Amino acid sequence: MSERRIETPYLARVEGEGAMHVRIRGEQVESVELRIFEPPRFFEALLRGRALEEAPDITARICGICPVAYQTSACQAMEDVLGIELPVELRLLRRLIYCGEWIESHALHLYLLHAPDFLGYESGFAMAADHREVVERGLRAKKAGNRLIELVGGRAVHPVNVRVGGFYRAPERRELEVLRGELERCRDEALETVRFTAGLDFPELERDYETVCLRSEVEGEYPIDRGRIVSSKGVDVAPAEFDATFEEEHVPHSTALHARVRGRGAYLTGPLARFDLNRERLSPPALEAAREAGLGEGCANPFRSIVVRAVEVLYAFDEALRLLDAYRRPEQPAVPYEVRPGVGHGVSEAPRGLLYHRYEIDSEGRIASAWIVPPTSQNQRSIEEDLAEVVAANVSLPDEALRHRCEHTIRNYDPCISCSTHFLRLEVDRG
Amino acid sequence: MSGGRRLLIGIGNELRGDDAAGLLVARAALDRELEPEPPCLFSPKGRKKAGGSAGSGAVEVIELEGEPVELIAAWEGVEAVVVADCAAPAGQPGRLHRFELGDEPLPAALGGPSTHALGLVEAVELARSLDRLPKRLVVLAVEGERFELGGEPTEVVRETAASAAAAALEDLTGGW
Repeated sequence: MSERRIETPYLARVEGEGAMHVRIRGEQVESVELRIFEPPRFFEALLRGRALEEAPDITARICGICPVAYQTSACQAMEDVLGIELPVELRLLRRLIYCGEWIESHALHLYLLHAPDFLGYESGFAMAADHREVVERGLRAKKAGNRLIELVGGRAVHPVNVRVGGFYRAPERRELEVLRGELERCRDEALETVRFTAGLDFPELERDYETVCLRSEVEGEYPIDRGRIVSSKGVDVAPAEFDATFEEEHVPHSTALHARVRGRGAYLTGPLARFDLNRERLSPPALEAAREAGLGEGCANPFRSIVVRAVEVLYAFDEALRLLDAYRRPEQPAVPYEVRPGVGHGVSEAPRGLLYHRYEIDSEGRIASAWIVPPTSQNQRSIEEDLAEVVAANVSLPDEALRHRCEHTIRNYDPCISCSTHFLRLEVDRG
Repeated sequence: MSGGRRLLIGIGNELRGDDAAGLLVARAALDRELEPEPPCLFSPKGRKKAGGSAGSGAVEVIELEGEPVELIAAWEGVEAVVVADCAAPAGQPGRLHRFELGDEPLPAALGGPSTHALGLVEAVELARSLDRLPKRLVVLAVEGERFELGGEPTEVVRETAASAAAAALEDLTGGW
């Protein structure tokens, strides 16, 4: 029996890599296996023996696009150990910098990575030649997000101002005010972006996901920086119950761990899940834009995640402006604490989904163990299930076209390998 | 030589062995140029100026992670730019490649898979599409060998980074 094998070779930079193997017999898809490189495992080992204060800055290095998410989950977990409750001013400042991350991450993905898939371009820069104004709008949004992170965090990539208990320095109100005009302009443009994404053509795919995300305990607040973990099938637990609710398992074809709900199976985290379970908590303009875009009471087509991301960008600008209006400089930039041993849990909503941290701290304030569950490993099983359906529906396509369709499907999740135009090493075994 | 601003950008990842090559080039350039000029000038964006103060022939030096929007913003208003980066293994670790940007795209081997981010090749082509390239752009790429998580740069890459720093400063101060 002959085997067709098509490979997209690895190129230079080494931050991420993906490989996918599809086994087809006749018109039947027998298996779809996706391998995703997963850096957090290395960081868990690196963290052991380090001072608890180092965790936010070390884990921020896991990802250049969502360092604030890693810092936030790490800080929360340490504060859980130390018994720190952040004053509201510090908590909202953390939420403000997180808005910057949602904006810059979503804008990059939406305009430069995902939109080209829908419009038939090889890349964002190829698209820029024909859709200059759209791409310029995306760059302005991303720049505004970067500037927000820079103003609060001291640096746009890997912020240096975030610490356990708060910040090293809380900005003056006037320092934040310089951003107001830019945020207002970009918020207006974000509405245009929702309309732009709503007008794209979406491949047919309806899935019955168990959606999992946070729900803020603050009434009416869309989940970003903290909350309880909830699901569409009845999960409603505190972060400390993550391990009792979800499990990770090794699968033979991948070094990455696959997560699932204990006793059930795959689940979906990220923008679709947040929208599914929290849409009534969006700001009125974002909710209205979502309705106008046809998102209605929910969205089970993963290809429409680009619309939800656009809605979340609009929301993040709205929320940043609301937080700016309400900003009162904290009396002290961080809550003082005394080291004590214990186990702590932290969870927040990275742009691409739930990010859970758990640390065990010894009596001298050193990290005895670390456990980090990133969004991509939580979504990996759902990605494979999406791919199985997409491949089955497109089995007659030539391998190259099939690879494009698979990449598009994976990019719906904005996972840690989605950036390159041709990131996927695809092997199609048609027997 | 034109009086426009000149900028050396080192890009890379310190936690991935030879992927730090571009950062090593930037630091070596600062070391070379700061010796006779002790003050190390930081601009609000964290830039350092090597070889004197602004307006006196200084070359600005900055380290970035290679994220396109940051790159394009960094070279806005700059006349001449050298970007130092790491190149994919191609059989000769430590070899220094030099590309002066013309009408053709940079070699694809300078790009490739990354996490969520786009890289230098994509930044250049995006800037080209949007008419935001500097007048002159040179890429110095040090061929890497090892990229383990948490690994140190190899000796041969360190050595090349030092000579690449000299080449970068020559490019930025010699002929432009």
